[in-house]
Amino acid sequence: MAKVWVAAELNQGKVQSISFELLAKARELGDVEAIALGKGAEAAAAELGKHGAKKVYVSEDAAFDDYIGVPAAGTIEALVKQGAPDLILFGFTYDSREVAGRLAARLGVGQVSNAMDVSAEGGGFAASVPYFGGAKVATLKVLNKPAIVLVRPKSFEASEAGGTATIEKIEPQKGDLSRAAKIVDRVVEAGEKVKLEEATIIVSGGRGMQGPENFPLLEQLADALGAAVGASRAVVDAGWVPYAMQVGQTGKSVRPTVYIAAGISGAMQHTVGMKGSKFIVAINKDAEAPILKMADLGVVGDALKIVPKLTDAVKAKKGK
Amino acid sequence: MKIVVTVKQIPDPNAPQKLTSDNRLDRGGEAVLDPGDEYGVEAGLKLKEAHGGEVVLVSMGPAKAADAIRKGLSMGADRAIHVSDDSLAGADALLTAQILAAAIKPENPDLVICGTESTDGSTGMVPPMLAELLGMPQATFAKQVEVKGDKVSVHRQTNEGYEVVEAQAPALVTVTAGVGEPRYASLKGIMAARSKEVKKVELSALGIEKGSPAESVEGVADAETRKAGEVIEDDGNAAERILAFLVQVKAV
Repeated sequence: MAKVWVAAELNQGKVQSISFELLAKARELGDVEAIALGKGAEAAAAELGKHGAKKVYVSEDAAFDDYIGVPAAGTIEALVKQGAPDLILFGFTYDSREVAGRLAARLGVGQVSNAMDVSAEGGGFAASVPYFGGAKVATLKVLNKPAIVLVRPKSFEASEAGGTATIEKIEPQKGDLSRAAKIVDRVVEAGEKVKLEEATIIVSGGRGMQGPENFPLLEQLADALGAAVGASRAVVDAGWVPYAMQVGQTGKSVRPTVYIAAGISGAMQHTVGMKGSKFIVAINKDAEAPILKMADLGVVGDALKIVPKLTDAVKAKKGK
Repeated sequence: MKIVVTVKQIPDPNAPQKLTSDNRLDRGGEAVLDPGDEYGVEAGLKLKEAHGGEVVLVSMGPAKAADAIRKGLSMGADRAIHVSDDSLAGADALLTAQILAAAIKPENPDLVICGTESTDGSTGMVPPMLAELLGMPQATFAKQVEVKGDKVSVHRQTNEGYEVVEAQAPALVTVTAGVGEPRYASLKGIMAARSKEVKKVELSALGIEKGSPAESVEGVADAETRKAGEVIEDDGNAAERILAFLVQVKAV
């Protein structure tokens, strides 16, 4: 059996869902162990065990929460040299990218990044990655050992396997922390009532909303539906809404039951992050907008007029 | 303050894109400076305006990447280093980072600025690898960059908002669109760029041993596309139609 490691991601003590998604895939690929570093790692190990990790390497050292990349890369490097895994899975997330990049450079092995799937192939592993922003999919054979693959969130569905993990406490190899970037403050910006990553319905806005002053229309619809509010890169770059709301290649990948795109044209950059949605509803003035060609229900019309009416209709239906 | 900004020429994302016979991105067509790197150049120029010093562009790419470098120089960067070698076509992220690190090291910069990821490859791995190889802290995904004495302070974008991150220079920073709209090259800037120094560096001068590549391309296929559903014109009742759809899929 191949030895597959999952680099779990903790955010201030909470296991991030990407870790469970990776474990679900890892179970198909071999014997699974996980690495949990930082505050809450021991509690995390129990959850990781339920999702299929047989053993979890754990350190609760505060440096993992406070410093970017350096302490985790050094610690995992030491583990790799002892444990010789065949494959290490990371999330293609901001925090894991920092660690995986440093680790690959230390080990001198390269990696495959931005993957959408991983499979066993010819005694090794293959990964599929988007080309041209998602228009094509390339299958890459991963040639190094360990194979390091970073997978986009929401590529796999998390599922519990019902096991328990043994915990192995490890010595952190933190390295020279004076040569690491330190997180000195955390600011919560998006007053998200419903998290984009966890929402079953998402209402997302683009340039067609015509200005930040119209985003409250989307918030009102989202409130009525119990949905989260997202945005296209164009309006985030323009400073209308914070980055935390961005859906797409350089933002979040989402997979809700329903995705309502209001005034979003559907550039590849955006659709790669939401085309896994079960149902897509699109409202766009431009009948030629690419988003209308992938929507289950497309409406050629003005989002500014339709969204408030829809909010009222939903409220009336729900009897609010 | 000496600031290095890494820049890359990519196939024009707005032009039709093609693959070569060995399934690599065809770089033969129209090419532009990566829009993500324009933010890097902008961030570098702003810091130079505030603190003095110079902005040096470093690029790896074929001979024609000189055009993208010239664009950065016409925006206001002072000079450039261009590592060009035919054998580097298809270089993976690690080799790219090793080459950039070898080209940057002799410059002893206070700050290295990168985009968060290239628009064509989108691996996002070169910056952290480069930081590791240069022995620098990485203050990444910055929507704001400030330098105070020998400290760099950035606002790092997160899923919830941002983190305030501090690093001791020399440090590596990656920047997002949050740092501000890249300036246009003025006519004066374009004229001035013609006489700015672009130092060509051969691969052999960097003393890099090429390792084995991280991956081989087995095949490329069209991505699954979603089928278009029903498209209607808003005749004043679109909201009702959408609600009916939401009820039908049990979202309401």
